Amino acid sequence: MRKLTTPFIGLSAGMLFVAPWLINMAPFESTMGLVQKIFYFHFPAAILFLVSAIVCGIASIRFLFFKKASADAWAIASAELGLLFGALTLVTGPLWARKAWGVWWVWDPRLTMSLVLFLIFAAYTILRKFGGPGSDKLAAGMALFGMLNVPFIYVSVNIWRTLHPMTSVVPTLPTEFGIPLWFCFAAFTMLFIALLNLRATLALQQARIEALYLDEDEA
Amino acid sequence: MNHLSVVDVARYYGRRKALSQISFTCDAGEIVGLLGPNGAGKSTLLSILATIVTPSRGQVTYGDRAPGESGGAAIRATIGMLGHDLFLYPELTARENLTFFAHLYGVADVAGTVSSALAQANLSDRADDYVSSFSRGMRQRVALERALLHGPQLILLDEPFTGLDQTSTAALVARLRERQQAGCLIVLATHDLDVAEGLLSRAIYLKEGRIVGSDTDSRGLVDRYRRTIRS
Amino acid sequence: MSGFFRVAWQVVRKDMTVEVRSKEIVLTTLLFAVSVVLIFSFAIVREGRAPDDVAAGILWVAISFAGTLAMGRTFERERYNDTLRALLLAPADRPAIYAGKLLGLLLLLGLVEIILVPLVALLFNAPILAFPGKLITLLIAGTLGFAAVGTLFAAMLVRVRSRDTLLPVLLYPITVPVMICGVRGTAALFQATPDEPLARLWIAILIAWDVIFVTLSLWTFEPVMTE
Repeated sequence: MRKLTTPFIGLSAGMLFVAPWLINMAPFESTMGLVQKIFYFHFPAAILFLVSAIVCGIASIRFLFFKKASADAWAIASAELGLLFGALTLVTGPLWARKAWGVWWVWDPRLTMSLVLFLIFAAYTILRKFGGPGSDKLAAGMALFGMLNVPFIYVSVNIWRTLHPMTSVVPTLPTEFGIPLWFCFAAFTMLFIALLNLRATLALQQARIEALYLDEDEA
Repeated sequence: MNHLSVVDVARYYGRRKALSQISFTCDAGEIVGLLGPNGAGKSTLLSILATIVTPSRGQVTYGDRAPGESGGAAIRATIGMLGHDLFLYPELTARENLTFFAHLYGVADVAGTVSSALAQANLSDRADDYVSSFSRGMRQRVALERALLHGPQLILLDEPFTGLDQTSTAALVARLRERQQAGCLIVLATHDLDVAEGLLSRAIYLKEGRIVGSDTDSRGLVDRYRRTIRS
Repeated sequence: MSGFFRVAWQVVRKDMTVEVRSKEIVLTTLLFAVSVVLIFSFAIVREGRAPDDVAAGILWVAISFAGTLAMGRTFERERYNDTLRALLLAPADRPAIYAGKLLGLLLLLGLVEIILVPLVALLFNAPILAFPGKLITLLIAGTLGFAAVGTLFAAMLVRVRSRDTLLPVLLYPITVPVMICGVRGTAALFQATPDEPLARLWIAILIAWDVIFVTLSLWTFEPVMTE
């Protein structure tokens, strides 16, 4: 995994550089016009936002119940990426909504739950920062509950009749929309994996430094 | 349980080493004293022995058992602890405190055990008064009997002599000796050397989270403690 | 299994005895809840009348604010003489201790709600007697879901210095699903033409969340409480 970091960063940087041209070449969507193009960034960010919640939750389960100390590094890395991609989602969403719905924000289930998930990530990082020694376990417990929100967000649009487009929209996209979308998705995913790797490696190295420091004069 | 062994135990809080390289063994019928200045790690060590804090490294074995995934409750059943904060509810009476914990520990004859504990604490006439109205010495006696309710074989005491007058101290010492005769292993943390002198069968000196010396002769403790801790 | 209920019951009984003596938590929590309702009335009342359909929201906001206060206090009591450690030292199932603390908290909040709900109904014209069964189910299930997570978080924050500020910060986002179900379900009952099937749907979702939250809390209590 770790070897992929550098090529992934380079590739995603290159792809994100090219992406505006691809997006520009894609045809205008009939009803939305120009503003629809933000979707090419909004969709990957939103999916990775949810993915980071799942990664964080699974890492926390491994840390809490299977005593895998290294899993904590992945939990903290994915939580911080959750904040980043959550912020991207929550900024690009209203930009589109202002044009499409005429308001920046509506309180529909999916938007609400995304905001809630973002708050959970924020609370998680705050707990890790200010919780003092032992907060890693508490944060892991918190992350478990946070992960529960993900299926709720994903399914919510399909159960409730809401303003947010359905999840079935994506697979039925015409090819000329699909190409730039999946191109951006691949770029974002590689960026996500690379950042996740870097941040987790950093956390693991910090843990190793702590361990070395603590082991320094031990038997 | 007739044997307690601590092997290379350490506990870290972030970068702070509360304890490191702690190894010792002791047997039933001993009174072991953990001696050292404040912040030496005495309380942390007691908490580890009580299984409520897990060591960052190393292991503690109780007889032939180690606190693993399943053995926790079985080991806790053999441990009685008197914490520095006494573990009593001030809003409850002495009898209610003892009854509650007797139930919690699954004691068979709750009422009988509680009244004999109250008699042992010499508080039978104040049994139905709130603990908040007790003096420090009385609370200490209730707290000690609370820790001994379920007949533990390993007794852990954190600063049991703090705030006690001479009669209370003498009573506590007598009670501990009686438990020692009964074959219990007693581990106590204290910095009251005058009381420790002559009571302990083994002394372990702690300083900044490490064992800096130990002793199996409790006479002349004060001098040797000063020398060991100063050096 | 009998040991589980015996321990849980003892913890509940102990908490109730303490509370009956001091009455501190019930009184402060109730007064706080009423203050929250009062502040709301300043925010929304126009020309002496409250708009329709606000009672459900106000009720649940008051319950969740007051609930956080009660959780913090019950565990502050266990922290005062380090008695939480004594509980954890007992050779009992740790989840049984959690269950006991949760039930104790539920009883306290139930007491508060017995006064709070009629008061909100009176001040904001809510028809609480139209569907008493459904309303009580909503209140119990909603309080359970909220308190289940709250008890776990308050217990684990006992060791943390900034616990008073962290508890609401951690608790509110996690319990949003419960709050949504509670408010929507209650609103369905309080509206001008009550919608019973809708309320029933929200009750069902709420109970599903309760099951998830309680199971997960019982499951996490042991690993989270070992230092």
